Amino acid sequence: MWNLLQIELLKIFRKPRTYLAFAIIAAFIFLIQLGLLVNGRDLMKFMMGSLDESMDIEYKKLINGYWVCYFILNLLLIHVPILVALVAGDIVSGEAGMGTLRLLSAKPVSRTQIILAKYFAIAAYVFVLLLWIAVISLAVSLAVFGVNDLVVAKEKYYLLIESSDILWRYFCAFGFAFIAMMVVSAISLLLSSLSENSIGPIVATVGIIIVCTLVSEMEIPIYQKYIKPYLFTTYMLGWKGFFYIGADADNQTIKGSLENLPAILKSIAALLVYIVLLVSASIYIFRKKDILS
Amino acid sequence: MHLDYGQALWQIITPFFGLSFLPLTIFFCMSSIIRVSNLSKIFNEIKAVDDLSFTVEEGDVYGFLGQNGAGKSTTIRMLLTLVKPSNGRILIFGKDLYSNRKEILQQVGAIIEKPDLYKYLSAYDNLRIFAKLSGVNPRRELLMKQLEMVGLASRAGSKVKTFSQGMKQRLGIAVALVHDPRLIILDEPTNGLDPQGIADMRNLVIQLSKEMGKTVVVSSHLLSEIELMANRILIIDKGKKIVEGSATELLDPAKTIVQVDTTDNQAAKSKLIQTRWAPFLLQSEGLLRLQMNKADIPYLAGELVNLAIPVLSIQPRHSLEDYFLSLTTPNRHVEPLTN
Repeated sequence: MWNLLQIELLKIFRKPRTYLAFAIIAAFIFLIQLGLLVNGRDLMKFMMGSLDESMDIEYKKLINGYWVCYFILNLLLIHVPILVALVAGDIVSGEAGMGTLRLLSAKPVSRTQIILAKYFAIAAYVFVLLLWIAVISLAVSLAVFGVNDLVVAKEKYYLLIESSDILWRYFCAFGFAFIAMMVVSAISLLLSSLSENSIGPIVATVGIIIVCTLVSEMEIPIYQKYIKPYLFTTYMLGWKGFFYIGADADNQTIKGSLENLPAILKSIAALLVYIVLLVSASIYIFRKKDILS
Repeated sequence: MHLDYGQALWQIITPFFGLSFLPLTIFFCMSSIIRVSNLSKIFNEIKAVDDLSFTVEEGDVYGFLGQNGAGKSTTIRMLLTLVKPSNGRILIFGKDLYSNRKEILQQVGAIIEKPDLYKYLSAYDNLRIFAKLSGVNPRRELLMKQLEMVGLASRAGSKVKTFSQGMKQRLGIAVALVHDPRLIILDEPTNGLDPQGIADMRNLVIQLSKEMGKTVVVSSHLLSEIELMANRILIIDKGKKIVEGSATELLDPAKTIVQVDTTDNQAAKSKLIQTRWAPFLLQSEGLLRLQMNKADIPYLAGELVNLAIPVLSIQPRHSLEDYFLSLTTPNRHVEPLTN
């Protein structure tokens, strides 16, 4: 298994397409950081709205590295699944299209091992991708914009998190994002094991994410009641829960607390169930498949 | 249920003689490298392979011959567990393929149609990957030696996408042989090769068998190629076995294929089936063919006259190509030019 995983990692990280995601993310984050460096104050003023008139806001403190990273993640984590699908959607079907799948499947390794090795290799790719996002969105932002308390908007109020209480929340948020991206990877893997060309699974994964996100966001009661609880996209944005700090009766935030830990745990559990179901389905399909490519 | 001869013998003699007949039993089990029994594969109600049985012995260069779409590749893919049989059994090295898949495939090397490799990786990396997948982890020097053997040592670091078809084929051979397999399966290995490449491939197959003692199964739709390489030949058509034997056997004048053309072949067949010629009749749709001694053709002609069958022609087939074409379903899109 370790041998297979090493081989899969070699295949992923020697493919030029893999680095496309890293380049796109770096460019995207750099553009946001540059924009906030130049026009961050105007953006923050716009976001604060009427609050700006009623109180004296120190914008310089508000636009700090933690806030910039939070802003980036809000914009970016919706699009990362597309970049994950680029690699994961290709993982089996790409080999079928290239013709290497028949050589690989005629070797003395089980098909279950092949699928698991491929999935673990995608997990390694997703981990490195998220680490890359963390480094350039958090570390670079902290270096450029400095360290201060984080203000997070939630529905009709703002939450203030002390700077010393933030870093662990980012670790947890990235951990959650990793699980969410592994669901996307599992969808891509399943579609990839059904197809013999790369484009189909990549487009289909992106299509599924868009449709499910739209249905999750629609305020239509029948969708909200009967469909939304079963959509993976409902749970994918659960990472924000780590920035919703708990408050006491006087509305004073409690350091180290979370507003709704059970909801976060429920989201994680739901995503893990999706992963198990989708990967099991991929294994079942691939084991049954006649390799004719 | 199919039972291997060796296994059957073992089951019979063991209760009486204990282990004293073990060497004899091992001999029976070991001599057949591949034993395929009643193998079938159905794709969407189409029978790609239909009740196929054959045996490959140790050291054979076994030619698997048939027209395009005859079921050769499907059979080979079943031998490599790429396609699951709908029915039948495959024993390789005396063991059931699907129950001992890992153990068997460790001793099998294959090129399946084109040698498709990872184009974005170097020749060396491709070889290293497939060596590891085959269960061996050779040192760099050994891998380089393999590349040297196929004339690619100087291009070890080059990406496969920069290789010509012939170079890819040679790398494919290195990949197939990197773990020193006992059985080598080559599906249409000369496809896309130039005449020099075809000759090199042919020489390699012969060398593998004669000098290295490997058993080779090689499929092709080109009879001339199979004729030059194989010591045993299986001809299939529409997924069915037509004939199996050595090239010399198949060209034996005592086993000449005679094609009789009459005004009504079906009626003629019905009459002949009731005569002493019945055992010589071959199964073939719309055609009247017999496998018989060439010297008996005048007696056959006499019988046809006696049966009042209007005969248009009687043609003995001489070359292996004629033999092949006479056995397989006529599938000509262009009629041959005649003087």
